[in-house]
Amino acid sequence: MELVQIQRRLVDYTKSLFMEGFLDAQFLQLQQLQDDSNPDFVFEVVSLFFEDSEKLLNELTIALDQPNVDFKKIDSHVHQLKGSSSSIGAQRVKNACIAFRNYCDVQNIEGCLTCLQQVKQECYLVKNKFETLFRLEQQIMASGGSVPTTELGF
Amino acid sequence: MDSCNCIEPQWPPDDLLMKYQYISDFFIALAYFSIPLELIYFVKKSAVFPYRWVLVQFGAFIVLCGATHLINLWTFTMHTRTVAMVMTTAKVFTAVVSCATALMLVHIIPDLLSVKTRELFLKNKAAELDREMGLIRTQEETGRHVRMLTHEIRSTLDRHTILKTTLVELGRTLALEECALWMPTRTGLELQLSYTLRQQNPVGYTVPIHLPVINQVFSSSHAVKISPKCPVARIRPAGKYMPGEVVAVRVPLLHLSNFQINDWPELSTKQYALMVLMLPSDSARQWHVHELELVEVVADQVAVALSHAAILEESMRARDLLMEQNVALDLARREAETAIRARNDFLAVMNHEMRTPMHAIIALSSLLQETELTPEQRLMVETILKSSNLLSTLINDVLDLSRLEDGSLQLDLGTFNLFAVFREVLNLIKPIASVKKLHVSLNLAPDLPEYAIGDEKRLMQTILNVVGNAVKFSKEGSISITAFVAKSELLRDSRTPEFFPVPSDNHFYLRVQVKDSGVGISPQDIPKLFTKFAQTQSTATRNSGGSGLGLAICKRFVNLMEGHIWIESEGLGKGCTAIFMVKLGIPERSNEPKLPFMPKVPTNHGPTAFPGLKVLVMDENGVSRMVTKGLLVHLGCDVTMVSSSEECLRVVSHEHKVVFMDVCVPGMDGYEVAIRINEKFTKRHERPVIVALTGNTDKVTKENCMRVGMDGIILKPVSLDKMRSVLSDLLEHRVLFEAI
Repeated sequence: MELVQIQRRLVDYTKSLFMEGFLDAQFLQLQQLQDDSNPDFVFEVVSLFFEDSEKLLNELTIALDQPNVDFKKIDSHVHQLKGSSSSIGAQRVKNACIAFRNYCDVQNIEGCLTCLQQVKQECYLVKNKFETLFRLEQQIMASGGSVPTTELGF
Repeated sequence: MDSCNCIEPQWPPDDLLMKYQYISDFFIALAYFSIPLELIYFVKKSAVFPYRWVLVQFGAFIVLCGATHLINLWTFTMHTRTVAMVMTTAKVFTAVVSCATALMLVHIIPDLLSVKTRELFLKNKAAELDREMGLIRTQEETGRHVRMLTHEIRSTLDRHTILKTTLVELGRTLALEECALWMPTRTGLELQLSYTLRQQNPVGYTVPIHLPVINQVFSSSHAVKISPKCPVARIRPAGKYMPGEVVAVRVPLLHLSNFQINDWPELSTKQYALMVLMLPSDSARQWHVHELELVEVVADQVAVALSHAAILEESMRARDLLMEQNVALDLARREAETAIRARNDFLAVMNHEMRTPMHAIIALSSLLQETELTPEQRLMVETILKSSNLLSTLINDVLDLSRLEDGSLQLDLGTFNLFAVFREVLNLIKPIASVKKLHVSLNLAPDLPEYAIGDEKRLMQTILNVVGNAVKFSKEGSISITAFVAKSELLRDSRTPEFFPVPSDNHFYLRVQVKDSGVGISPQDIPKLFTKFAQTQSTATRNSGGSGLGLAICKRFVNLMEGHIWIESEGLGKGCTAIFMVKLGIPERSNEPKLPFMPKVPTNHGPTAFPGLKVLVMDENGVSRMVTKGLLVHLGCDVTMVSSSEECLRVVSHEHKVVFMDVCVPGMDGYEVAIRINEKFTKRHERPVIVALTGNTDKVTKENCMRVGMDGIILKPVSLDKMRSVLSDLLEHRVLFEAI
């Protein structure tokens, strides 16, 4: 049945996201928190993340463009971004943020710029991934099925 | 002849006289002039002459005298006035100088004389010093000899070498003809010639020890000159020559027992050896004092060296003895071990072998008892059963005891219910007691802990045995069992002075007294009670059976439990009291406060583990705020969210049980908020539990959190299980400190 196929596709896709390191165990936690009283929890959180991250990335771009770069402010923004990404389990974004912070600590503008690009890239990638994931979930829900919980057997 | 103003000769000039006077005057003048020259010459030659001025004076005096006499030569004939003038001047000067010299000589001659006496004195002194130098030199030489001898003697610890070396060195130093050592024999009544210098193998001459000359030598610590004719000196075969002088000295032989600190060296039971030294015959040498001193010193040194050698011999012997004993003990131990092993093997085999048929007999007999039997058959089966039960008990007792004996029995420690043990014993004993119409009462002290740590089975066995004995040996009356915690004042029982129980924080001494009103025990039998297989002779005991091992086993158990058991009785017919004390452990409290570092314990609570728990979450980051909220909502909490410290302080109230705050956001001081919250809620139970959510748990963060009074830290990201366990621990204990 198509439902089953979609479900299997969802499962495989989620597994691949984990394999490729886009997501980590924290995402599983989020999924666990989603229940009948809170059916769109994951979606809400992820959306909030992307809104926040967009704002933060803009701020970062502006800040790094300044003639006198305020590393403290950059550091706090990156910290926020790191916190958010780790809360939803966006592993690669988080790692990129960590690298960004290191460059920020040594006040290396070139490094920071490179990292900013990388973070933007990762955010963009993971956003796409999430969009695909949510689309699959919506398809399943529309077909009347239930979203299978991901069992990771690492 | 013209007359002149000079003195007229009184008689006519005599030519001969004149001639002689002329010649004499000439010679006098010559002598007078030559004496000073000689003096000057010789004084110049000698280095030291103190009286130069005198010499000059004397010289002047002599020269002038000479001059006078010389000028006199001219006055024999006619002389001019000039000559007279010169003569007068010369005479005047001579007079002056002579007088001066005469006066000077008064001072000088005594000095010169005293110089002579001083010279004599110095010569005497020099002679004396020479003598003393000679003495010192001889003494020094003697000392050197002694040192050398001592060194030679002490360089070895072998008895024979010591003695031989002594003789050789003495012989060499003093150039002796013969030197001999006489040692006392084993009996102590004779002296035997043991070592000589020149003779290679001294034949066993012996001399009785109580000769007067020997006594004389032994009684003095100095070297004594003895006659060459006395038996100790007649070592060599009779010589033709006049023997030289002989000296003998005693050598103390010190035994180990002589080395008392206060008794050195005078002891009445000392033995001496005799050293005899002979100067070469036909030399006119005499024994000098320093040589005698040398001999005495050497004798003493020899004594010391010999005693050292004796000590060494003794210690070597003791060591050899110890080694032998060691080997023997080792062997004995191995044999004992083999014996024990053999016995244990035997017991193990016998245990099994004996129990199996025993078991068969008992089981089948009891089964037989259940079937239809005639009264005689029943009686027979009952007897069989009773006997085999007895035998089985006997086997058990013997096996237990032998295991107890060789210490291979160990207590099975565990926590058990003490009250239950007593109740069990009571239950077991009640049927028998009621048959005998004995009243049994149990009295447990209120401060007796319900649970204790010890060997439950063996404690029960002990109590049962003691109570069983009480029941067995009472025909009527009552039995009372009391149990209480032994207090420290009562622990030191005057009847058991060798038992010193020491109570401590996690042990207590249980004291059980079982008093019965039975046949009692006579005082002389009491010590035998605990010995194996010994039974009192009364008929009652013989009838009631028993192997006599019960109390011995109890005693063993009680000893294993570091306690003491004894029986008191006032005599036959007056009943007796059995008392024992054992050491039991106190079990720990089961609800101790947990240590700060909690292990990760996943709990299986339901999803809504904390219904309605009011929680405040402070986090600037929207996403993590939402995630935390989601976690807590999933666990059923009522979550309030704030995003700034001011808002947090405004919102926080005593209704909120837990506050989660993110502290790793730079710019917002979570610590400050914690301090403010602490200030706001003065009473601890009103204050919500404050937990920091942070991305790093390094030491600084931890310390800061502790400093501001936070109750815990959680490392982000937080999983559901972690949150659940954290909340449950927090609410139970109000302190977490770290959950990773």
